[in-house]
Order: sequence, then C-alpha cells, then structure tokens
Amino acid sequence: MTALGGVDLEVRRGEIFALLGPNGAGKTTLISIVCGTVTMTSGTVVVSGHDIVKDFRAARATIGLVPQEIAIDIFATVWDTVRFSRGLFGRAPDPAYIEQLLRDLSLWEKRGSKIIELSGGMKRRVMIAKALSHEPELLFLDEPTAGVDVNLRRDMWALVRKLRDKGVTIVLTTHYIEEAEEMADRVGVIDKGRILLVEDTAALMKKLGKRRLRLVLQQAMTTIPAELADWSLELQAEGNQLLYTFDANAEGTGIPGLLRRLGELGIDFKDLDTERSSLEDIFISLVERA
Amino acid sequence: MPRINHNGIWAIYRTEMSRALRTVWQSIATPVITTALYFVVFGGAIGSHMQQVGGVDYGAFIVPGLIMLTLLTQSISNASIGIYFPKFTGTIYELLSAPLSGFEAIIAYVGAAATKSVAIGLIILVTATFFVKVEILHPFWMVAFLLMTSIAFSLFGFIIGIWARNFEQLAIVPSLVVTPLTFLGGAFYSIDMLPQPWRTVSLFNPVVYLVSGFRWSFFGIGDVSVAASLGFTAGFMALCLVLLWWMFRTGYRLKP
Repeated sequence: MTALGGVDLEVRRGEIFALLGPNGAGKTTLISIVCGTVTMTSGTVVVSGHDIVKDFRAARATIGLVPQEIAIDIFATVWDTVRFSRGLFGRAPDPAYIEQLLRDLSLWEKRGSKIIELSGGMKRRVMIAKALSHEPELLFLDEPTAGVDVNLRRDMWALVRKLRDKGVTIVLTTHYIEEAEEMADRVGVIDKGRILLVEDTAALMKKLGKRRLRLVLQQAMTTIPAELADWSLELQAEGNQLLYTFDANAEGTGIPGLLRRLGELGIDFKDLDTERSSLEDIFISLVERA
Repeated sequence: MPRINHNGIWAIYRTEMSRALRTVWQSIATPVITTALYFVVFGGAIGSHMQQVGGVDYGAFIVPGLIMLTLLTQSISNASIGIYFPKFTGTIYELLSAPLSGFEAIIAYVGAAATKSVAIGLIILVTATFFVKVEILHPFWMVAFLLMTSIAFSLFGFIIGIWARNFEQLAIVPSLVVTPLTFLGGAFYSIDMLPQPWRTVSLFNPVVYLVSGFRWSFFGIGDVSVAASLGFTAGFMALCLVLLWWMFRTGYRLKP
C-alpha cells in the first residue's frame, strides 16, 4: 500500500505553511518522512540544503517536531525532559534559553513537576517546549490545536507568530480550516497521498472563492422572475430570501445591475448581506472533485 | 554539526542512569538480598555438606557463577526495558527524529545498561566477601570479563527490547531461554560433575563459556579454556552488533 505518491512540494524559508487534508490523506506520513520517523520507499527530501538521508544529522538538527499524540516520559520533570531533548538534538546545555522557553509557554512554574502531574494542556505545552529546545529553523506542528482549550490555542498562535518573526519556518496540519486561513501564508491541500494544490492563502481565496449576496425580501416570492435570468439566483427561506452567487475575481460583480433590475421590477428588500466562501468550502469542493 | 553527537549520547546515558537512580535502593537492595539468599541456601545449607570443587571451597566456587547469573539477567532486563519503554509509550519518535545514528543510540542505551550491570556485579562481589573468603587471581581479566559480559548481554537485551511487541514477548526470552541456560551453565557446579552425555551437551550452552572464563579469573580453574571463553564472548558481541546494525538500518520494529 502506498501512503504517499507523487508529492512534489516546496516550502519557503520563513513562511507558515498549512497542510490541509481529510483523515488518512497522508499529512502525518509526509511530516514523519521529513522528520525521520518513517522511512520513504523512494524520493528525496531536502531540508535547508541537506538531504534527509545522506546528510541526516545536519537536516534533523534544524527540525523540531510536535507530533499529534502526547508522548513524554511521565516520570520525568518538565525541566529534565526539555533539557534532554536539547541534548538529544546535539546542542550544548543552555539553561537561560530553556528558562525563557518555559516562561514563554507558561511552564516555568511547573518546571519541577513530573509530567504525570500535569493537565493535558500543560503536557502539550511541554511537547512544544521539547520541539523548540534545540532552536530549530523548521517546526512541524501536527494537528497542534486538536483537543486544545481556547487559552492554549491563543498562546500557541501567538508563539507561532513570534517564531515566524524570528525567521522560523512553520509547517502545520490542522482541522480548523479558519486557522489555516488566518495563520498560513500558503496552503497545500493533500488527499489520498497526493498534493492537489499549493497556493498563497489569499490567492486561493480569490481564485476559488465564491461570494454571495443575500437579499432579505419585503415580500416572499414563489418563482424567480424571468427578467432576472442573467444572474444565478436561488430562492431560500421559503421565498423570503434571494441568494446571488458570483465569482469573487470576475471583472464586475453584477451587483449594481441586479439591484437596478430589482428596482425596475419593484422588488423591495429590507436587508442585504454579502459573504465570502471559506477555505473549508474550497477544500471540500477540491476533495470532492479529485 | 560535529561528526559524533556527543551531547545526544550523553543526554540518553544520563537520563537512563537517573532512571536507575530514582529507584537506587531497589536497584541495590534486590541483588544484595538475592545474593545473600543464595549464599545461605547454596553456600551455607548445601555447601557445608559438599567437598571442595577443584580445590576451591564450594561457597567461594559459586561466587563467579552467581555474579554471572545476575549480570546476565540484569543486563538483558535493563537494556530491553530501556528501548522497549519508549516504543511502548511512543516517546521513541524523539529518538528516531534526532540527529543521532543507530550506533550512537546503541552506545548510549547499551552503555547505560552495562554500567548498571557492572555496578550490580561489584555490589554482589562485595556482598559475597561477607559470607566467604574470595580471592581474585587475575583481577584484570576479572574486570575484563565483567565488562565484556555486561556489554554483550546488554546488546542482546537491546535486541530483545526492539524485537518485543508486548510485555509477554519482552519477558519470554529471558525466562524461557536465558534463565534455563544460566542455571545449566555451571553457575552452581562444575560441568565435570555431570554424567555423559550431559557434559558434552553443556558445551553447546554459551553460558558455560562465560561462567568458566569468569571463574578462571578468580581461581585459575575453568571448565573450558580461557581463549574459548574470550572468543565466545567477543563473537556473541559481534553477532549482536551486526543484528542491531541491521535493525537500525531497516528500522525493524522501530519505525512503522
């Protein structure tokens, strides 16, 4: 069975890259190959100019990984396990750096606690601290906000932005598509082991995004008048709402013409609202098409 | 990045050692009590009814065998748990993603396990001196055998730890293979005391060579030649290293 096939992906230095895909799409497998926890059957991966097989030491020294599942020696203390990770990745001890890291992650007070005594959210913070302990240039976050409370999620995104400002490249997978939309510079969509698309988040929104104009009518309609056939309209809410869907990047939106025509036909509305389709809509339509 | 990840090796070694130190009293008390019991039963109760073996008092005769017995079981269990536990809890992801070669991982884990075994071996030796008079004819070779056996069987334990998929498998090799071989390996007797064909059969038991060589370093007598003992231990070590090299190269039961 092939988990991944024909993946050709380039992540730019210093960007936040979001990998989106349904469960089993191959997101974790892709990350695991780069980090060395899964061996690929064929292909090449280069991290900061270092081949991950031939030059695995240099490549891996630059990578930090926060896996999906929490896995830490539960009898170790926070301080010990973070210090261990730094050493394991070949770095000389730097208590000042680790102190700052633990403070940034609100773990400083807990530095002497054993992992077994910590809450789930705190354990996840420790996982992040471990991944950052050796000052990586490239950070992988596999589903970082799955099952995480609001506080931690906010802290985590603040940290991600701070890391990006320092020049750290961040690759994340997430189920929260709004977050990818908000956080990521670029988005890659993966399904059934294939990259379907890689695009700037904004460009993707523009390219594939549909916009909608919703008109709340004064009087309900039963059918759409033939005079409005030039616009793709839909009646909703038992004829009380008229929904106009249009391409976000078309030359003209067609809205002024539509509103003029409605005026001519004497169709009054009491409210209007426009909305942009989310990355989630785009994502679903891409995966369905594939 | 230096050619060898010293910091990585040290991080693992230190963590493994501190794991043992967390239960330091248990680590010391268990072998001391066990050894004391062996001396009471074999040395005191049974040994008092036995004549000398090869010119050595029975109580003293069993000291090298007893140390070997503990050395083998401790080396295997320390090293196998050291690598099996990260696999079981999932923390192995960190080891696999680290800029650390398989050889460096072996040095760190096996080094820590062997250190613990040597320490326990020396504790038993000291305990034994409270019960019997122990003389060591060849101290250099005694230490050499102690080190080689600890390393060889820690390597073997490391292999078991990687191979094991569950706790049953982790326990099955030590209990079904190693313990019988150890008891039949001449820890408590000289194989010359066995009737044929068992004496010849015993020569196929690898533990015989270990115990014999170790006993020779104490008393200058052994069931087989010292060269055979040394050769066997070195050969076993080499075999384990080749197997481990293959395991790390292919990711056998380390990577999904």
